[in-house]
Amino acid sequence: MASAILTAAAPRQRSAVPGFGITFGLTVLWVSLIVLIPLAALFLKTAELTPDRILAILTAPRTLHALKISFGLSLAAAATNLVFGAVIVWALVRYEFPGRRVLDALVDIPFALPTAVAGIALTDLYAANGWIGRLLAPLGITVAFTPLGIFIAMVFIGLPFVVRTVQPVLEDLDADLEEAAATLGAGRWTTIRRVVLPAVLPAFLTGFALAFARGVGEYGSVIFIAGNLPNVSEIAPLLIVIRLEEFRYADATTIACAMLVASFALLFVINALQRWSQNRTGRL
Amino acid sequence: MSMSVPAEVAAMPAGIETPALPEDIRSEPRAVRWVVIGLATLFLGLFIMLPLVNVFTQAFSKGWAAYGAALVDADALAAIELTLIVAAISVGANTVMGLVMAWTLTKFEFRGKSLLITLVDLPFSVSPVIAGLVFVLLFGAQGTFGPWLIDHGWKIVFAWPGIALATIFVTFPFVARELIPLMQEQGTQEEEAAVTLGASGLRTFLRVTLPNVKWALLYGVLLCNARSMGEFGAVSVVSGHVRGETNTMPLHIEILYNEYQFQASFAVASLLALLAVVTLLAKTALEARIGRRHGH
Repeated sequence: MASAILTAAAPRQRSAVPGFGITFGLTVLWVSLIVLIPLAALFLKTAELTPDRILAILTAPRTLHALKISFGLSLAAAATNLVFGAVIVWALVRYEFPGRRVLDALVDIPFALPTAVAGIALTDLYAANGWIGRLLAPLGITVAFTPLGIFIAMVFIGLPFVVRTVQPVLEDLDADLEEAAATLGAGRWTTIRRVVLPAVLPAFLTGFALAFARGVGEYGSVIFIAGNLPNVSEIAPLLIVIRLEEFRYADATTIACAMLVASFALLFVINALQRWSQNRTGRL
Repeated sequence: MSMSVPAEVAAMPAGIETPALPEDIRSEPRAVRWVVIGLATLFLGLFIMLPLVNVFTQAFSKGWAAYGAALVDADALAAIELTLIVAAISVGANTVMGLVMAWTLTKFEFRGKSLLITLVDLPFSVSPVIAGLVFVLLFGAQGTFGPWLIDHGWKIVFAWPGIALATIFVTFPFVARELIPLMQEQGTQEEEAAVTLGASGLRTFLRVTLPNVKWALLYGVLLCNARSMGEFGAVSVVSGHVRGETNTMPLHIEILYNEYQFQASFAVASLLALLAVVTLLAKTALEARIGRRHGH
């Protein structure tokens, strides 16, 4: 891939701005060294294995369980964030109320808070003697050290992706359309469903996909609260770490490759969604 | 805007009963408004605010003396030092190269450009654990270049260079992706004018381009720094967890927590939480200057 870029190392049209040669060379070198070669090494290492071996690793019950936990719970968390993200984004964009700016700032906390810090804080909150765990225990609900804990952590880290993707689109939505619909006699609910929703749908789907992708690969905020029981509450990234510590490199790289392929596929979908969104709303 | 009013709405018989238009027809009934605001506040309070508050409450649960003791502990200080060094390397490298990459990707047109932009963004979609794994595969004792490097006295994995590399990888896109949209929008006219008037390339960059992007650059640097100091998964894989030597702050937090030294663990965590809060405050202030909203 790098050589394909290198052969094209001439600007399409001559630019009056100098420095193309050196900055282009440095860019390709830097991207190759840090991103391309390391990721290629992962695929090459996996390609050394026979297809049977790859299949055996991926279909081992423990691997399947870990992948199911990571993908399944991440999907559930992203769906939850879609619903609550919609409520939050609507409140932030459409209503004026005391404390709105504080709430708006809070949305970014999961982006900024290091995952290990979020991990221990969530575990402490939901443990049997924690602030929230104490209230849930009498109801027979255990969150910490169960798959439910993994779900909670994934909801935490995924929320900003939905809110911050939809927020600018809803802010820019033309008021005329809703007013026109209302003037023509549409009820408020019909207007939201038939006028607002189609306009913000691509942004919602993009946010959903971003939150989903983040949850699948998430490690730090999840492993403290997860319990990490094989076949029950073990996420795929943790299984990679465990295989690596056991020096089972083939297992580690194969699971990693499977996850990478899935995230690249997701990235492709996200890009397509963003193009769709751009075409519909005409904004970047 | 290519949207039209849906047929169902347009076909509604107007005038059969002309409802009086409410004052703001783009809003919902009062009760609905308060339910939405209440739910949003509850969700953000419970899921986002509470964990943050919990960090500080636990950190000070045994008073100021215990808090201070956890921070001046020799292993904690070593972890803070390593975190600062790694962040300096990662932020430095990603800032310089972020500027170089943004310059290439916005001031020139060439084949393969969109592929290159995709590659710059790629680390965002890679699990942190995989980011660590790839460097173990390359530089670990059983890795591609590992044995040769070890023979020559170079230790990368389970040492600070590996931690720095993994951190550079996970923070790779931060600076570049803040700069690229802005520099794209600004185009090349000002640079072309400067060059035409006889300025050198470097002088053009320093006097024309850099002042134009300084706030976006600062914004990217802040985000890159916060993530560099807080990175856990990637660093955890390459670090080897040698106390006092290859532990960064997040790894030190993990060790303390697993040893049931909860208060000490939260004390170190409170420093990173404080960094997160300061970063967000600075981000809010900068957004007003840049005049646009950001995703991540």
